[in-house]
Amino acid sequence: MSEGSALIVGATSGMARWAAVELARQGYKVILAGRDLDELNRIACDIKVRTGSEALVEEFHGEQMDSIPFFWRKVWTEHSDLRGILIAYGDMISQESINREPDLARMQMILNYNSPVHLLLNAAKDFEEQRHGWIACITSVAGDRGRVGNYLYGSAKGGLSHFLEGLRARLTASNVTVLTIKPGFVDSPMTWGMKLPPLPVADPRDVGKAIVKAIDSHKDVVYIPGLWRMVMFLIRHIPEKIFKRMKF
Amino acid sequence: MLPTKHVDELSGWGNYPVAPARLVRPERFRQLAPVEGQQIVRGMGRSYGDAALSTEGTVILTERLSRLLAFDPETGDLTAEAGATLADVLDFFVPQGWFIPVTPGTKYCSLGGCLAADVHGKNHHRDGTFSQHVVRATLILPDGRRTTISPEENSELFWATAGGMGLTGIIAQMTIRLTKVETAWMKVTHHKAQNIDMALRLLSDRSIDDRYSVAWIDCLAKNEKLGRSVVMTAHHVTKPDLPLKITNVLGPSKRRAKSIPFDFPRFALSPFTIKLFNNLFWAFNAGRKTFYAHYEQFFYPLDRIKHWNRMYGKRGFVQYQFVLPTETSLRGMRQILEQLSNTKRASFLAVLKRFGPEGPGLLSFPQEGFTLSLDIPFDDNLLPFLDSLDDIVSHHGGRQYLAKDSRLGPKLLPSMYPRLEEFQALQAHIDPDHHMESDLSRRLRITK
Repeated sequence: MSEGSALIVGATSGMARWAAVELARQGYKVILAGRDLDELNRIACDIKVRTGSEALVEEFHGEQMDSIPFFWRKVWTEHSDLRGILIAYGDMISQESINREPDLARMQMILNYNSPVHLLLNAAKDFEEQRHGWIACITSVAGDRGRVGNYLYGSAKGGLSHFLEGLRARLTASNVTVLTIKPGFVDSPMTWGMKLPPLPVADPRDVGKAIVKAIDSHKDVVYIPGLWRMVMFLIRHIPEKIFKRMKF
Repeated sequence: MLPTKHVDELSGWGNYPVAPARLVRPERFRQLAPVEGQQIVRGMGRSYGDAALSTEGTVILTERLSRLLAFDPETGDLTAEAGATLADVLDFFVPQGWFIPVTPGTKYCSLGGCLAADVHGKNHHRDGTFSQHVVRATLILPDGRRTTISPEENSELFWATAGGMGLTGIIAQMTIRLTKVETAWMKVTHHKAQNIDMALRLLSDRSIDDRYSVAWIDCLAKNEKLGRSVVMTAHHVTKPDLPLKITNVLGPSKRRAKSIPFDFPRFALSPFTIKLFNNLFWAFNAGRKTFYAHYEQFFYPLDRIKHWNRMYGKRGFVQYQFVLPTETSLRGMRQILEQLSNTKRASFLAVLKRFGPEGPGLLSFPQEGFTLSLDIPFDDNLLPFLDSLDDIVSHHGGRQYLAKDSRLGPKLLPSMYPRLEEFQALQAHIDPDHHMESDLSRRLRITK
């Protein structure tokens, strides 16, 4: 039954919560990391009741860069059976407010790029040595192109996707899989009440399940729902001359 | 402050009435709290009318607060957030040998909604309503205070909340006592009743009674066949009684869900098609028969068809469920069935059920007697027609089910619910500034 443990960072997000439930259902002991310990404890209880698997809670503050190596060391030493990591934290504020207030960009870059990259570089060293395991990280379809409406977030997530590409190339030799997850519109607090183009909005429960399916099948890059692979293919191929005049 | 979302059209499961809404959706448990102004909580939106609409206020969605928090296998006590659905509970607990003590006809309803509407199931005559299996609940009062309510602790508030349609505050979390089962299967027996007299007799007949009983009724049959029914009784199958060929003892049903992708055109459910269906159903249920059915088939046949409410088309339908006391049931049911069959108003699903004694919930619907539940497609003369049925119901000492109602007026409510004043006094005491209001409570003037 035991699959070892899996660390989920940013576990209070809907898709991370449901991915954790799926992993626990497969027999993983899950370690839920994040800021809001009350919420994490409720999610841990839910996972225990729903799946019978063990669920632990670990405090983590993504914006505190200095704490990241210590956090990683603690998790790694306490859970010698760690098999996988799912990175699910990030933040999005509107591009308009960043345009007005450039200082806001700093925290966005930290939470969406610097911090996960730093955590993954720490983890990669140990996984490389262990010579097995999986790393999965949620980026975004917004990272596939710099849209005028959301380019700061997009650039951080795009950078993160590129980083994962390189990390995958490095860790393949060590038998460690690296999965880049690019969700489209998900029904989350990020998109709640937002005016969205007429494309399907995915339920976090379905996204969580799809994430675990992609981990299981050792995929490299996955768009969730799959339709977004096609949508982003088209968007990536709009010539820049036209794209720069587009208002979305 | 939670971000709000505006939608132009929100409705209950009956797609009538439709109202614009301002929505908030707490993602974290601590965010679940009263907001400014008037508000009502909405779980899965499975009440049929306007119980979870608030045109002038805010609708608080609990769908994200669906965590199962603790389970005690000694007692069967399950603690969960109010947004958890019966499906959430069944998925994990049936394979462990546990079942929901009282379940309505859908598993896609929230625990909070089940308590607020104090729902009943096919076992009401034996096991009472949902609230009678709730050990305790956490209620967030309109002023923001969190309090524990139970039949022992703050019991007045508990019995006002059970059936109180969300008007006593926000039901945040609860503990319910699950019931033990040995298999996921039901042993079902069908008995034919040639008319309404016989249907009511069979439903009261101790020699065929079982833990669950309900009757499908043909509303288009006339004269001596008026109210012909198929009475269905059932119980959970024990392990030794399960036929050997059923190997899936506790697992989920293998049948896959289907979906109705769009609103059907008007003619899909016309008196003609319903008559055809009724005749076929009657013919296929010849005589008495006994068979085994998975619990999902027995309790939730419609859940297999997602969005089945779209069968009724864009105009939607009206659910009409009432109960009549035992003494007046036969007379009242006959009158109502005659009205239905005379006006050729067919209900695709018409369900007859015997209720046991009334519970302590101040606004709980069930009272000892018989209940009939109809869903009637919308037409221009439907509302005045239903008003005339209300008079029959009220005249016979019966009442309407608020979770299904979308059109009753305030006039008959006090006679239908004799404990309304008691409810109003308590409600006014905890919510003097009218924070908790729904379109239903405004329409029926439930709050004082």
